[in-house]
Amino acid sequence: MAGKSNVKIHIKTEWCKGCVICVEYCPTDVLAMRNGKAYVKDITKCTACELCEIRCPDFAITVLYDKSEK
Amino acid sequence: MFEYEKYIRKNKFPLVWCSGCGDGIVLKALLRAIDSIGLEKENVCMVSGIGCSSRLTGYVDCNTLHTTHGRAITFATGIKMAKPELNVIVITGDGDATAIGGNHYIHAARRNIDLTVIIFNNFIYGMTGGQVSPTTPVGMLASTAPFGNMENTFNISGLAQAAGASFVARGTVYHTVMLEKLIKKAILKNGFSVVEVLSPCPTAFGRRNKSGTIIDMMNEQKDNCVTSARAERMSERELEGKTVIGELVNIDRPECSKQYRKLIERCRSGL
Amino acid sequence: MNVIRVMTGNEACAEGALAAGLSFFAGYPITPSSEIAEELAELLPCAEGVFIQMEDELASIGAVIGASLTGAKAMTATSGPGFSLMQENIGYAIMAEVPCVIVNVMRGGPSTGLPTLPSQGDVMQARWGTHGDHQIIALAPYSVIEIFDLTIRAFNLAEKYRTPVILLLDEILAHVSEKVVLSDTAVRVIIDRIIPQEAPEAYLPYRYTQNLIPPMAPFGSGYRYHVTGLAHDETGFPTNDPVEIEKLLFRLQDKIIRNRDDIVQVEEFLLEDAEIGIISYGSSARSCRHAIRQLRAQGVRVGMLRLITIWPFANVKVEKWTKNIGKWYVVEMNMGQIAREVEAAAHGDATIFGIRQINGEPINPEFICQKIKDGLNV
Repeated sequence: MAGKSNVKIHIKTEWCKGCVICVEYCPTDVLAMRNGKAYVKDITKCTACELCEIRCPDFAITVLYDKSEK
Repeated sequence: MFEYEKYIRKNKFPLVWCSGCGDGIVLKALLRAIDSIGLEKENVCMVSGIGCSSRLTGYVDCNTLHTTHGRAITFATGIKMAKPELNVIVITGDGDATAIGGNHYIHAARRNIDLTVIIFNNFIYGMTGGQVSPTTPVGMLASTAPFGNMENTFNISGLAQAAGASFVARGTVYHTVMLEKLIKKAILKNGFSVVEVLSPCPTAFGRRNKSGTIIDMMNEQKDNCVTSARAERMSERELEGKTVIGELVNIDRPECSKQYRKLIERCRSGL
Repeated sequence: MNVIRVMTGNEACAEGALAAGLSFFAGYPITPSSEIAEELAELLPCAEGVFIQMEDELASIGAVIGASLTGAKAMTATSGPGFSLMQENIGYAIMAEVPCVIVNVMRGGPSTGLPTLPSQGDVMQARWGTHGDHQIIALAPYSVIEIFDLTIRAFNLAEKYRTPVILLLDEILAHVSEKVVLSDTAVRVIIDRIIPQEAPEAYLPYRYTQNLIPPMAPFGSGYRYHVTGLAHDETGFPTNDPVEIEKLLFRLQDKIIRNRDDIVQVEEFLLEDAEIGIISYGSSARSCRHAIRQLRAQGVRVGMLRLITIWPFANVKVEKWTKNIGKWYVVEMNMGQIAREVEAAAHGDATIFGIRQINGEPINPEFICQKIKDGLNV
């Protein structure tokens, strides 16, 4: 699946507790773990589905994109 | 993105809950539901009891009340009766609502007072270290059930339904989008509304019972839950071992605080 | 204009509460307090207030605290067993500083005890029933009219000091009918809690003000804040900081203790020339008045220091009078709960005897006279 061009994922590492929920449930394998925290491995695959954002229990993930493009 | 910052007390973060605890997922669904209804923060009052989930009230920028163990619904009843224009949301857990607070839970449902009660069911007392709760499944281990729980369990939603609640739903932290919709409906419903949220505890329940990681526990929700709409078309045998989620009850009954206002009107007009 | 009526103590309590501005009552039926609830079930909706019968006393006090947080003047009424159930949340109201009035119509205990018979056995429970170090205000009227007046005063003190106030009645007072002259409504003093003047952004719900009583914003008035029974700082949020914890607990104590003079009321009855003193309260003090008149007719100079405020204890007055008079009788329907306080306050300056009865019978004047006369010969 092609990703969106203008999407950004912001991860607030100080709030991330490394639960891995975002990584596991990302349908396009955008996220991964490093030093116990989530990070953006490959933003080009991101479809801005926002599943990582709504499932992050710690308010650590924000998905930013231009909604008009969706 | 959703602007959670509009509704949270950012300086209280990070959240107190363990890594992988689903309570934060429920909090976010709740905030989105409040936003989509368009409730003003000034008019929202959140009341919680004691336990992991009850710490939620500290994080939301509205009128918040963290009460004593089991009594959140009683405080909320006083608030709603005294100021019916407030949207009163009760945050509680399986132990808080159905063990120590069980009497208040069924009576609030009976009187059908317009409260939205969100029960975080993690099947254990998490905050105090994993003691057995009224929803701990039979055979499961808890610190006070070291040989496995041998008591029967409560069906939280069924209890509310039997006691007369207007709206009852069950959601999970895996089915997050559905959860938001259920909470929204519960808030909008005029009457006693319950959303039981299955929010697995990876720390106090999961480790002891070798339930795997939070991912294993959420996958179990994904694989094992059927929606109430689908369950209607399934046989009892097909439903065995399944968890029904979605809207379970949605009926209209006279609501307590409104009925009381009518009484005041009656007294005023001298009838 | 004064109004003359005949009413019972429980009726006077209900009407006094309404006169004080009561707008919310939650309770659970229990003898001998139920008439207060029955009265208010009828009167409150007509006064645009809320009456609700809850599922138990735990729920009643919870609902009362919730209602008070929205700005309502709220009350519950109960008796011993129910009062026991309310203790945890009385502590909550102390900690979170939520004004409310709890009426305890005392009956014989412990346990279910004597549902229809009087006692004054809950005096110490009123003081120390809830856990942890704390202060409490408790008032004990001794006549129907005083029940009316002290119910108003209970609300005034609750509002003024942001604290629960306990009104201790007993079965005799609750059910006795008396002629009362109700004061003109125009001369009654009604106190309402102080609400914040600052903008919501600047509001600190538990601010350390000079008088130690933070202004209280009702829920739903635009001031969004957090209330908890956990130890908290000025913002209202929980804290584990030892400095903040101590600051809070001392403030909660000092706001009552520093205002003892305003809170503590006693009646000094024929004490000036007395050789023997009586300390009593509630319906027992009624018997004492009769006993004092009888004894004086026989030439025994007896007077009474009547406690109207039970808690905080009237240390200063007791200290003063026990220095002047060497022999004291503490008359109470319990095993000496207040006598021990009197002994402590007297510092050995006077001899303290107890006149006690715990069998469900009121202490009658003859019994008091006999005890005091027996003491004359010793």
